[in-house]
Amino acid sequence: MAKIKKKIKTIRIDIEKCNGCRACEMICSAFHANPKYSSNNPERSRIRMVRDPLKDIYLPVYAGEYAAAECMGRDIYILDGREYEECAFCRAACPSRDLFHEPDSGLPIKCDMCEDEPPLEQPLCVKWCVNDALIYEEREEEVEEEENVDDVEIGLRSLVDKHGMEKLVDTIARMSQKG
Amino acid sequence: MRYAETGYNLEIDLSTGNIERVETDPRWTELYLGGLGTNAKIMWDRVPPETEPFSPDNLLIFSTGLLGGTPAVGANRTMITTISPQTQFMAYSMMGGFFAPEMKYAGYDKIIIRGKSPKLVYLWIKDDKVEIRDASHLAGKGAVETQELIKRELKEPRAHVAAIGLAGENRVFFASIEQGRSSASRQGLGAVMGDKGLKAIAVRGTTKDINVARPEEFIKLCDEVLEYTMWRQANPIPGQIPITAILGSPQEMLECDEKWHTENFVWGNARTRRKDFWSKEIEQKWTETQLNVRTRLISCYNCPLKCGALISVPGVARYMMKCFSKLTYTMAAYVDDLDFGFRIAQRATEYGIDGFSGPQVMAFAVELLEAGILTEKDFEGCPTDNEGRFYWLLDRIVRREGIGDVLADGTYWAAKKIGNGAEEFAHNNIRKQEQAPLKLGMLNPIYYLMYSTNEKGNITQIEGQFPQFAYPKLEQREAFVKDWFQVPDDRFKEYFLKWEPRGEFSMPFYPGIKECCEIVDWMERMHYIDDACGVCTGLSAFHLKPPYHIHNYPKIISAATGIDMDEEELTKISKRDRQLVRANNVRRGLRRADDTPPEDHWKKRFPEYEKQLLDAYFEFKGWNMDGVPTKESLQELDLAYVAEDFEQRGIYKDGED
Repeated sequence: MAKIKKKIKTIRIDIEKCNGCRACEMICSAFHANPKYSSNNPERSRIRMVRDPLKDIYLPVYAGEYAAAECMGRDIYILDGREYEECAFCRAACPSRDLFHEPDSGLPIKCDMCEDEPPLEQPLCVKWCVNDALIYEEREEEVEEEENVDDVEIGLRSLVDKHGMEKLVDTIARMSQKG
Repeated sequence: MRYAETGYNLEIDLSTGNIERVETDPRWTELYLGGLGTNAKIMWDRVPPETEPFSPDNLLIFSTGLLGGTPAVGANRTMITTISPQTQFMAYSMMGGFFAPEMKYAGYDKIIIRGKSPKLVYLWIKDDKVEIRDASHLAGKGAVETQELIKRELKEPRAHVAAIGLAGENRVFFASIEQGRSSASRQGLGAVMGDKGLKAIAVRGTTKDINVARPEEFIKLCDEVLEYTMWRQANPIPGQIPITAILGSPQEMLECDEKWHTENFVWGNARTRRKDFWSKEIEQKWTETQLNVRTRLISCYNCPLKCGALISVPGVARYMMKCFSKLTYTMAAYVDDLDFGFRIAQRATEYGIDGFSGPQVMAFAVELLEAGILTEKDFEGCPTDNEGRFYWLLDRIVRREGIGDVLADGTYWAAKKIGNGAEEFAHNNIRKQEQAPLKLGMLNPIYYLMYSTNEKGNITQIEGQFPQFAYPKLEQREAFVKDWFQVPDDRFKEYFLKWEPRGEFSMPFYPGIKECCEIVDWMERMHYIDDACGVCTGLSAFHLKPPYHIHNYPKIISAATGIDMDEEELTKISKRDRQLVRANNVRRGLRRADDTPPEDHWKKRFPEYEKQLLDAYFEFKGWNMDGVPTKESLQELDLAYVAEDFEQRGIYKDGED
């Protein structure tokens, strides 16, 4: 496959600067509403705070890849004397937890860095994080060309994993006949 | 579709266990907006004036604001309303934090509680699922501890919990409701919650999306608010003390410089001003103490300002604090060490008491002891040092043990019970409630009107838009008004430009009566809009040059809700809400005599001029000289039903209105 230039988008997370306001969750869910900004609900956000104020834990986590199965084991991190909850740092939408699943459909969601036309200067969670716990950075890297998987396909794949290809195809066929 | 609001209230009867989800009337939103406005309407309709605070018929309403849970920055307040055991009037205390947005995402604008549970319970609200659960294992637990225990037993770390401590359970008249980094403290809401047998409400919302009517327009307005907020933080107003120079609710956790509070507010039982207190040594020591215990500055939902803090004092459990309570205990107890303030506030927060009334009640008791009105017998077993006495009193008050049982009703009612001249010592009350400990020299006519007529019971919750003092130089004043676009009318700039610290155009006679009425009315109007929308006054009405003001509020409300709105209409709604709050209290007996600041609040008083001021302000507000909203003013605001009720009850005297 050919080498192509790829823009790497990074969000640098400085948890010491986080003030725990959850504006990132709010604006993410508003941006991804349809029509844009027409509603918000942090449960639909692709960034979530792991938040335990009395333990001084404020950890923003971005939704990463969908994982069909949960891990064989779980992790717990202790950093600077703070014990983070199980799998706190993990970005996967996985069957072991509700995090990063649409509350209605249960389908996985994933951070898309607020892709928009025309492109935004930075993802909106970063823009609304005026305390600079979230900082956006971009760089270019040469990578092998790869196929982009869109949202619909990610969703369908998770349904295949859950119900099997045959059942899914049958259901879609039935639904399309009904119009 | 309903915009900004969910369109549903949750009605819970704790006597019968009945739970209902009730659709609300969209017309009410147009008339009263929401939050405090619709709370006042519900209280008017459903809580007749005969209702005692501790009656099952008293309602306890937890309300979101109209903009709560939308992207509007800082729209996170929970407005709590009930009949206060202390003032016997309609109480409306409020709290920031995360509770109101969570209620919205669960699908409710208000939680309306009536009745009384025979045993201690808590509510668990997760979206459509609502349970009344046993709380007997939480009896006596701290308000902070309870929140953690409930989240743990529900396995819901993302739930938000509002809870009472021992003070609420024992119906202490100044018991608070605590929630996360916030609390609704004034007027004894926690006592009513305790009386209802309700230890806590836990809420978790996942399914309800909060819609806005015109998204692109709305988000642009929110962006502007956020941008201006940060500009204001980066550009403090010259000539102001630290907490009024920048935004916040106020920024007491950030600021260590307490020269202004410690030297201008009074110590002990609201008695002594210590004009040279803030020495270099104290400054260094207090700053060190604060920085050592302050683990992190933290915010409420969707707000960039960090007005609260996680406080970690060695040897005691962690808690969260904001605003002024770091000083109230220290100053009331006459202790020169701020470490005491942070330590005792931890215990007081777990017990759940108001940081204004609590310390003053204790200082009042100490004074009564010194005056021989209370005796050593009342204080048997009490340590003799200032710190020890305060801890001892606090422990007794929240348990209603011995003298603590008398003091738990606040200074007004306690003094009545104690007698023997004790009433003279309950000297800092308005409407039977302890006020901020301020004793000043010259009458300030603006503050005179605010203190007199403010039914919220907390002066900081009505002031804000107009500077507290005149600037000495004209150039300074000109610089101040240059970017003062928040004024409703340019004449407010003229009032400020003309105002001098001394001479012909100084207090008490300038700003003049008409000007004072307009200034106070403007300040109050903005607070009423905040309290209906659920927007924090720390970004709005409490501050000079705030991000939310009378010019952008109508646009924000309109874009969020789809309701047509302009400045005139919004002003009319705020007046309607104001009259309705007043009307609730008038029906419970509030009259002009209740609009009286403490006698010793200012050294130089002007009784005749004060009467003229109050007369003029009453007229300006559409009240008769008794402080009762006139029939005419009520009719203009579509409140004819209130006027009719007043007439039936004979509240209007013969030949009036």
